[in-house]
Amino acid sequence: MKIAILLKQVPVKDAQLKVNGGGTWIDESDVTFEINESDHYGLEEALRLKEKHGGEVVVVSMGPERTKEAIKQALAKGADRAIYINDDSVRSADPVINAKILAAALKQENFDLVLSGLQSDDLGHGQTGVIVAELLGMAHATIVMETDVKDGKIKVKRELESGWFQYVEIPLPAMLTIQSGLNQIRYATIKGIMAAKKKEIKEVIPADLGLDAAELQSPGVKLHKIYVPVKTKETVILEGDPKEIVGQLVEKLKNEAKII
Amino acid sequence: MAEGILVIIENNGEQVNRLAWEALTGAQTFAAEVGQPVYAAVPGKGVTGLADEVAGKKLDKVYVLEDDKLQNYTPDGYAAALQQLINHVQPAYVFWGHTYQVRDYAPKLATVFGKVMLSDVIGYRMEDGKPVFVRQMFAGKFNADFTFEGDAPYFVSFQAGTFSADELQDGKAEVETFALDLSSVEIRTEVLDIFQGVKQEVDLSKAEVIVSAGRGLKEKDNLKLVFELAEALGGEVAASRPVCDDGWLPVDRQIGSSGQTVAPKLYLAVGISGAIQHVVGMKGSKYIVAINKDPHAPIFEIADVGVVADLFEVVPELTRAIKEAKGA
Ligand SMILES: Cc1cc2nc3c(=O)[nH]c(=O)nc-3n(C[C@H](O)[C@H](O)[C@H](O)COP(=O)(O)OP(=O)(O)OC[C@H]3O[C@@H](n4cnc5c(N)ncnc54)[C@H](O)[C@@H]3O)c2cc1C
Repeated sequence: MKIAILLKQVPVKDAQLKVNGGGTWIDESDVTFEINESDHYGLEEALRLKEKHGGEVVVVSMGPERTKEAIKQALAKGADRAIYINDDSVRSADPVINAKILAAALKQENFDLVLSGLQSDDLGHGQTGVIVAELLGMAHATIVMETDVKDGKIKVKRELESGWFQYVEIPLPAMLTIQSGLNQIRYATIKGIMAAKKKEIKEVIPADLGLDAAELQSPGVKLHKIYVPVKTKETVILEGDPKEIVGQLVEKLKNEAKII
Repeated sequence: MAEGILVIIENNGEQVNRLAWEALTGAQTFAAEVGQPVYAAVPGKGVTGLADEVAGKKLDKVYVLEDDKLQNYTPDGYAAALQQLINHVQPAYVFWGHTYQVRDYAPKLATVFGKVMLSDVIGYRMEDGKPVFVRQMFAGKFNADFTFEGDAPYFVSFQAGTFSADELQDGKAEVETFALDLSSVEIRTEVLDIFQGVKQEVDLSKAEVIVSAGRGLKEKDNLKLVFELAEALGGEVAASRPVCDDGWLPVDRQIGSSGQTVAPKLYLAVGISGAIQHVVGMKGSKYIVAINKDPHAPIFEIADVGVVADLFEVVPELTRAIKEAKGA
């Protein structure tokens, strides 16, 4: 089975982020990055499917130069090769534009299965996988918690709301968006890290993919600015010496929450 | 000319999804500002009763979309049906509540029209007669202003709680059965089974005090800090999703959109960032205390008391002080 995993690099979970001078994005200068959480689970699922059914896992990743670190990590964990799309010429907050570029890269190979995480921790549209599926004419399933490939079809367990689940079956080729927690993510081994050095990372730019440049520059939605949200609730902030904080907090638990 | 706001009424054949009612409130509010009519679409099989219920709200028309192929939700069936309706109605806006089902097919539908959906929107404001939509980014750490470019239709899904279903205005609308033709539509998804996950062994909804553990605890062994605190307070331990994903705690202790919903007298969030999927499960708590080292953590938006500190310093001290206060 030929499997693609769409994988994005995002700021680490507990990075203390600041907005950049123009208010258009975060200031990336002191930020460390990691593989987007649900993409990471998607990578693990791709590797497990390959181990079970044979074939190949190809990482497809778009972003600035730093994205290669995430790609190398994925290769070290066992992905076979990668396609890296440098999107400096586009860098869009429009999910359809990003999906068009990814779909164009995927189209050049015939994948049986395309996986992605269900949502990125930066833009967070939660749409890329579904749009890619539509652009490629593939069936799709979202918020996937379990996979089972059989006879040209894939049966998946989908998470629904409030503790409900659903089994659905769709024909291959298919696109799945993966929910965090469906498996346990492996660590890269030293051997894997060494082997990754010899693996192919094919670098392309959107213009190489036969896309209409004008179309990529005319988004359907535009991001104007990002900012720290204005608090609507009156929150009492306690900070400073732990002993003092605790003293104040205990008073509040007594007098306001009334649970002591 | 595209005109009107079309609200898609998600339902399970028996009941309208609460987020769909919220989106309808949103449409009523928005319509008043832009001076446009409101329409609703009720897709499914055997949903005329639900359509009548929707028609009791203030809007201009309710379209019933009935077909055997809509009996079970599938992305192919829903996208095709709504494509036909949208071509007929030509609305300027299509509104949804941001549910799991909407995540599954709405981006596909927008793509069919060559359009983009703004998903998980938490509000809007009018600027020079044009709506600016606000969404969260970076897992809730920031808000972002977005506008639509180009021609209608514009597709928008709203986060739970953006509008209140209690503020829906009543009225009397016409119900029309829309003539769908799905005969040539291939449904690629076969729905096999819908079921409830693991039986809940603990019912956290009855707990008066909940101490909830997040990824900030770093590793499973550190959970003892929250267990000791919960014991001192006489409360239950709960957790955010990653704590359960990593197997530190069983999934029936998970709070949030895919876990339990609770409203205790005290909810004490330890090392939890406050992502919306967690917050929907606990924001009804009477008193919320959050301990987090990041002053910008979104959990502080909804907390009554925010403790900006290292949990490894504060939590043991707090446990000790509570024991002392109770002993005294
Ligand atoms: C469809 C869907 C459904 C979901 N359902 C749920 C759900 O039901 N429940 C749920 O919880 N999540 C759910 N999630 C996941 C959710 O989006 C978040 O990823 C998750 O809630 C984050 O958990 P967390 O706050 O524990 O971890 P993080 O976001 O990683 O936050 C950890 C926090 O700990 C703080 N911290 C770190 N170290 C310290 C320290 N030493 N002292 C003090 N603070 C510290 C950090 O500043 C950070 O704010 C869902 C997501 C999706 C997309």
